Order: sequence, then C-alpha cells, then structure tokens
Amino acid sequence: MAVTTATGPAPAAGVWGSIWQGITRSTSGFIGLCLVLSVLLFSFVGPLLIDNHNPTDVSRIWGPMSSEHWLGTNHEGKDTLTQLILGGREPIMVGLMAALITVAIAVTLGAIAGYVRGRVDHFLLQLTDITMTIPFIVLMLVIASFYRTSSPMVVSFIIGLVTWPYLMRSIRAQVLTLKEREFIEAARLQDLGTTRILCVEVLPNMAGYIFINFIIAITNAIYAVVGMYLLGLLPSTADNWGLMIQQAWDNNAFLLPQAAPFLVAPMVMIMLFQIGLVTMTRSLEQALNPRLRDR
Amino acid sequence: MATEIAASPPPDTGGSGPAAPRKNNPLLNRIWRNYVFVKVRKAFVVVFVVANVTFFLGRAMPGDPIDVMAGRLTQGGMSMNEARAIAMNSLAYDPEASLLRQWWEFLVGLATLDLGNTINRPAFSVTEAIGAYLPWTLFSIGAGTLIAIVLGLALGMVMAYRRNQFLDHVLSVVASVLGAVPNYLIAMLLVVVGGMYLGWFNPIELRGTLSPGVQPGFTLTFIGDAFYHAALPIFTYVLAIIGTWMLVMKASTTEVLGEDYVTVARARGLRDSRIATAYVGRNAVLPLVAQIAISFGTLVGGAIFVEQVLVYKGVGGLLLDAVNYRDYPLLQGLLIIITSCVVIANLAADLLYSRLDPRIRK
Repeated sequence: MAVTTATGPAPAAGVWGSIWQGITRSTSGFIGLCLVLSVLLFSFVGPLLIDNHNPTDVSRIWGPMSSEHWLGTNHEGKDTLTQLILGGREPIMVGLMAALITVAIAVTLGAIAGYVRGRVDHFLLQLTDITMTIPFIVLMLVIASFYRTSSPMVVSFIIGLVTWPYLMRSIRAQVLTLKEREFIEAARLQDLGTTRILCVEVLPNMAGYIFINFIIAITNAIYAVVGMYLLGLLPSTADNWGLMIQQAWDNNAFLLPQAAPFLVAPMVMIMLFQIGLVTMTRSLEQALNPRLRDR
Repeated sequence: MATEIAASPPPDTGGSGPAAPRKNNPLLNRIWRNYVFVKVRKAFVVVFVVANVTFFLGRAMPGDPIDVMAGRLTQGGMSMNEARAIAMNSLAYDPEASLLRQWWEFLVGLATLDLGNTINRPAFSVTEAIGAYLPWTLFSIGAGTLIAIVLGLALGMVMAYRRNQFLDHVLSVVASVLGAVPNYLIAMLLVVVGGMYLGWFNPIELRGTLSPGVQPGFTLTFIGDAFYHAALPIFTYVLAIIGTWMLVMKASTTEVLGEDYVTVARARGLRDSRIATAYVGRNAVLPLVAQIAISFGTLVGGAIFVEQVLVYKGVGGLLLDAVNYRDYPLLQGLLIIITSCVVIANLAADLLYSRLDPRIRK
C-alpha cells in the first residue's frame, strides 16, 4: 500500500488508484463492477426516463407479459416494470446510509480502542462482545418494531447501530499493529495529538480495507432491509423491491404462474446487486492484500 | 455495566510475566486468572447484560400488551373501555406495576432460573413455549450447518489442490454467488423453481414441522416426517452457508500448502492422502474452529427470515409474535435462550481451540 507521508491527499489518491486497478485487473471484479453500475443506473436514472404514474387497475389483475406491460401487472393491476424501476432507490439508499453509519461507528470505536488501550479499550471490547452476541437480526427486529412507522433514515440508523461489532474488532486489530510502526512513533514523538495522528497517519493506511468493508456493509444492510420488509416490519408506502417480494409472497404468488414476473423480478434485481458487490470486493481484497495476491 | 467491567481485572492485557499475586490468597488469584474461568465469567456477564438490555428495550417499545390486545378487539367493533377490560382480564399483565418492581421480579426470576409465564397465554410458562419451538430451529439449523461445513471444507480443499484449474474457477463462481444471495431468497427460489416449475414437491404440504397426526416419539414415522418437513429449511441453510466455507477453507488450505512442513512431508515421500489429512487438512481446519461458533450466532438470526418464508414453526415465528404482542416475558426468555446458545457455542469453541492450540492460552 502507499507509503505514508505527513501530507494527507497523496496516500488517499494512491488508495483510490489501487482500488480502481484492483477492480479492473480481474475479470470477475470487472463483471461485478458492471453489474453494480447497471443496477444503479436502472434504479437511479431509470425513474427519470419513465412515466412515474402507475395507477391501480382492477380490470388487469395479474396481467400477462405484453408489449404494453413488459413484465405484466401485479395483484393490484399495477405495471410491474414501472414498480421495479421505482423500487430500487429505497433499499439501495438505506443500504448505503446504513453502511456509512456502520463504518463510521466501527472505525471511530476501533481506532480509539486500539490506540488508547487501557480501560477504554477494555470497556469497548466488552461492549462489542455483548452487541456481537445478540443475533443482530433479533436486535434489529425489536428496535424496528419499537419505531413502527419508521422512515428509511431510521431504518438505516437501526441497521448501522447493530452491525458494527465485527468491523470494529478488525479495525482495532489493524490499529494495534500499525501503532507499532516507526512513522506513528515519529508522529507521537512530535506530539501531534491523538486525533490528528489517528486521522492523518493511521486511518489513511487502512483506507482500502475500510472501503472493502464499506461495500460488505452495504450487502449486509440490504439483506437486513429486505428481510425486514419480508417480515412486514416496515411501513408499506413507497415502491420498493423488498415490499414487492413481500406482497408477492403474502399473496401466494408462487402458486400462480402468471404472477412469477412480479415475484421473481425484484428478487433478481436484489441478487444481481448483491452478487455484483460481493464479486467486486473479492477481487479488491486480492488486489489490496499482497499476501493473497502472491499465492 | 461499567462498574462490573471496572471490577474485573484486565485478564489478558497485562499478560507479560507470571501473574503478579496482588493482595490476598494466591490460589484464589490463580483461579480468577485461569483461562477457562475467565472465559466462563465473561460469558456470564454477557448473558446478564443482554437479559437486562432486553428487559428495558421491551418496556421502551410504545404500547403494552393490554394496548395491543385492546387495539385488536376494538377493530372488531368493541368500545375501547370494554376492550381494555377484557384485555386486562385475559392477560397476565398489570399495567399499573412500577418498572422498578417489574425489574426486581425479573431479576429474582433470573436468579432462580424462572422465566415466568407468557402474557398472552398465561397458562403456559415461557420455558414450555420455548421448549416447544426451539428444538425445531436447532434441529434444522444444526443439520444444515453440519452438512454445509463438512461439504464446504471438503470442496474448499479440493479447490485449493486444483488451484487455477477449471474446477476451481467453476466452484469459486458458484461459491461467490451462493454467498452473495440472501438466505430467504434462496428459500423462495427453492419453492418457486423446485416446487412450482419442476414440481418436485408440494410447498404447501411441506409447511409446518410435522404432518397432522404424527406423534413425536422415537419412531421411524416421526423421524422421517420431521426430516421431510425440515428438508427445505435444511437445504436452504446448506446452500446459504456452504459458499463461505468453501472459500474460507480454500484460502486456509492454500496457506498451509505453502508451509515448509508440507514440503518436508512431500520430500519424505509420504503418501498424498496422508499429507492431505494429517498435515494439510488438520492445520487448515484449526483456524476455522472459532468461526464455526461465530457463524452460529448469525445463523439463528437468519433463521427468522427463512422460517417465516417457508412457514416452518420454529423459534423465529415465536419471536415475531412476542414482539408483535408485546409479550415481555416471552421476548426476554427467547433472547436469553438465543443469546445463551450463542455464548455457549462461542465458549465451546474457545475452550476447544485452547486445547487444540495451547499457544493461545498464554
């Protein structure tokens, strides 16, 4: 990884460069990136290109696939394709937000615990142990029903609040090893202050690692949001892939052949996005971790 | 919480040199610092804290059991006062009791291992309710995990031996895809593809844990029926977790294959099968023992989705009910039991690990 100097931007640029290189170097990584980008285009640019008006129409419940309705219509007679295009924004945004929160908490606590040590470290580790032990889905379930009428923001906050422990532990471990290196020692001798040393010297060295974990956190968060929709724990308002799956499943769509597009289409979108993200991180991991690369 | 942590001496941070006898009894001191004891003590602290967090988390939710039931009754056209009166009579919950009093009763119950009765079905104790559902979840998850780990470790080893060959590439893609797809979507795909399009089974008939009329007991009918109904969940868990294990085992095996002792073993002319089992396999699996236990924790959570999708009557549905009806004792009981399962699994892994690899006991 990039050699650290006291100036901030130089190592950061190196990290982004090697991230880009890592993704494009391997075929599977590149395919993953393409998958992710196309799902993002579909759900963020798509809504700008189509007619967002999607009325219920009782005369065409579970309509077949046709030139007018490419993916047929659903149990309310709404056009499935329109719903599919409009339904990606929310789960993806929630995933992104939740991942940001997870990473922020994990990095902050991990850096503090690893760098400061002592009582603080001990307390944070115990807290991590406890949060890690409660299955996070269970915890999320309880908190989610606590805020029944929750907005996407609240949902992402809840997910972020319960999924940080694993990352925190590995960040802490990395800080522990980085701390012993000469340049950190030098910075400490110059009395630069803990916050500065952590932000300028320590964290940029882990940027690639943090980025990978950010992507993994997105997949976990999307898994969780869609799962919560499936359990009916989130308000059924906007168009949303998770909600589509839940509606399809609750209406026993798997028993009706003509309902297949409505059930399968959102599932496929979510799977494509998740598979894309995961393959992307796999090759990134190999590119950024020289130990894996050489074998 | 803070006081408890402050009270316990840091067990591993000051691990350099022999345990410095502090003030009193050196024997007690040694027991206090004993590896096994430290682990067990920490496990207890975790369960205790989780239990208390659950208690307050539950009470912090808006609406109590009476509200929930009254709300349902008023939907049937009853007046609010009437509905509340009926709810008060049929539920074992006193909304007037102070939080402190409830907490005290909860702590006493915890100390005497009495989890109380459920609120919504006052005749049933929490232990009975959980006892009726938990075995099914443990059974399906246990079988799924076992199959997935055994298969995953074997396939991972094959992949490492055939590194960069066609088989490795194919299996890597399969493992990545399986690892990326959420378990509940795998369950749905199984039902849609296997049940509807290929017609291999009837998903409706497979619902539940047992066919009507089948009595639990040590009979062939019972065991066969239990496996029949658990087949879909088990298969889902296998598909959902095998990918991770294949990749982890591949990485671990690859690492071991590069070690000097493997080269030496080869140079000594040992048979390949012996190298693969006694040298490579053993050392590749060792670092994964802890992960097996940790994966157990996430699995229990994931089971909630899978059980809901496949209508398998395990602990997942019970938990959802407990949350929805604000059945505090049941919710607490479930969380304590689930957490204890995870803690015990972790503890077992730690202890097993320390036996397998004495270096970590320090």
